[in-house]
Amino acid sequence: MTTSDTHRAIDAVWRIESAKLIAGLARIVRDVGLAEDLAQDALVAALERWPESGIPDKPGAWLMATAKHRAFDLLRRNKLLDRKHEELGRELETKQEMAAPDLDAAIDDPVGDDLLRLIFTACHPVLPTDARVALTLRMVGGLTTEEIARAFLVPVPTIAQRIVRAKRTLSEAKVPFEVPRGEQLAARLSSVLGVIYLIFNEGYAATAGDDWTRPALCEDALRLGRILAELAQEEPEVHGLVSLMEIQASRLRARVGPMGEPILLLDQDRGRWDQLLVRRGLAALDRAEALGGAPAPYTLQAAIAACHARARTAAETDWPRIAALDEILGRIAPSPVVELNRAVAVGMAFGPAAGLEIVDELTSHRSLESYHLLPAVRADFLIKLGRFEEARSELERAATLTQNTRERRLMLERAAACPPEAAEQQR
Amino acid sequence: MRFMVLVKATKDSEAGVLPDATLLSEMGKYNEALVKAGVMLAGEGLQASSKGARVRFSGAKRTVIDGPFAEAKELIAGFWLIQVKSKDEAIEWVKRIPNPHNEDFEIEVRQVFEPEDFGPELNAQVPEVFEAERRFREAGKAKQTAQPKKPAK
Repeated sequence: MTTSDTHRAIDAVWRIESAKLIAGLARIVRDVGLAEDLAQDALVAALERWPESGIPDKPGAWLMATAKHRAFDLLRRNKLLDRKHEELGRELETKQEMAAPDLDAAIDDPVGDDLLRLIFTACHPVLPTDARVALTLRMVGGLTTEEIARAFLVPVPTIAQRIVRAKRTLSEAKVPFEVPRGEQLAARLSSVLGVIYLIFNEGYAATAGDDWTRPALCEDALRLGRILAELAQEEPEVHGLVSLMEIQASRLRARVGPMGEPILLLDQDRGRWDQLLVRRGLAALDRAEALGGAPAPYTLQAAIAACHARARTAAETDWPRIAALDEILGRIAPSPVVELNRAVAVGMAFGPAAGLEIVDELTSHRSLESYHLLPAVRADFLIKLGRFEEARSELERAATLTQNTRERRLMLERAAACPPEAAEQQR
Repeated sequence: MRFMVLVKATKDSEAGVLPDATLLSEMGKYNEALVKAGVMLAGEGLQASSKGARVRFSGAKRTVIDGPFAEAKELIAGFWLIQVKSKDEAIEWVKRIPNPHNEDFEIEVRQVFEPEDFGPELNAQVPEVFEAERRFREAGKAKQTAQPKKPAK
């Protein structure tokens, strides 16, 4: 094995082991930033030694043992020989886990608990959202700073600084390394789910753009979601989010045309949907629904996505059910965008007049003032109702509002295709 | 990226010898580790080739050949489909598979095609497909705006 082979193998080990390593160390030193530094030190040691010594049989255990010794040295140097020392002493005495195979460690419950603590800490509300995202990808997802920077199209130093600052913030705020309990849990869990879905959407939105590399973020988010689903099996919303992401990811290859143009859901070739991901998504939805509980946003959105996934053709879509789900979603998580989705579903289920009624109520909504899909949807209903003149002006308005040049062209083409008033009168 | 991990057959697996309790338990732990790491998409063990068949293609002709088939090491006894960051990560996971056989054999790692692998080259080769798709989209234009983006959370 050459040195570069070994380095690549070490990268792979790091990808698999780093989150467990950081989580286990954080439990000992009670500081996530310090734990990450210690884990990085162990990685450097591996990079130095493994090319000569070969990769150990249990690379994860080797990294953990190395990092723990460093933690011990550090704590002693800092004369922190108090409670932490005792804890650490106990850790080092119980060396069973070093003797046990990695697989046992991987499915050991305490490890899972540590990992869950790590996820909650990385997504702590004391951090700004972009810091939660960076820290989660780095510490839980095992991504390098360079990989995160590339994925988010920002300079490497920006991400590096964001991570340093985030670790300092956690340390200064003395954020405890724990899984929140009781009333706190719901709010904190929703922060975690929000971070994962944000990562997913960052990749998903980019797939309709010029850049083919960012769908990797969808995979990263899915991996995080699947990990979380095993760690927090009893939380229905976790499965709801996983279901939503699996079903949306199943359409990744169908949603972009040959020229890179976005293809909207109803126009997609359903034969290109990834049926493995559809099935995984539906299974995750079953898991969420079997756990019961109050209706919750991700599970509802997954249920809506599942309506599309189950329809063999666009015409077979169960629009009344989607309209009903949108209605519940709008009640528990009110948003004009959800209401606009409901208008579309109602329009498909009960006719354009019913849809238009809902859209018209939204036109006064200030937050939708510059949202191009509002006039676009309204135009769609107007065309179906034969009100072409109004439709044209709505489409022209939508064209001025969209940021996307392809969409703008589409809107203008549609506006030009609207028959003139005279033709309308002849009808 | 996705990889298919192909476990080759052995004399035992072809003879229908079932794995013992120890192996089953180790394999269960391994699968659990894959699931907990969020990399497992699918995985199955395959029955002996005596329970399978081959369909030979020759132009328009199809000939069915029933199993079993010789040369166990060319046959496949099971597979995993995993989603990982790199080929190296896939290989690292494969090294951790508990050895399912008592004799020497191989496990093969193959990368699955992703849509981006077909890139511009394919676009250049089959323009008529896209022309058909364009016409299809023209026809569907009236519905184009009917599906706004899902609300971003």
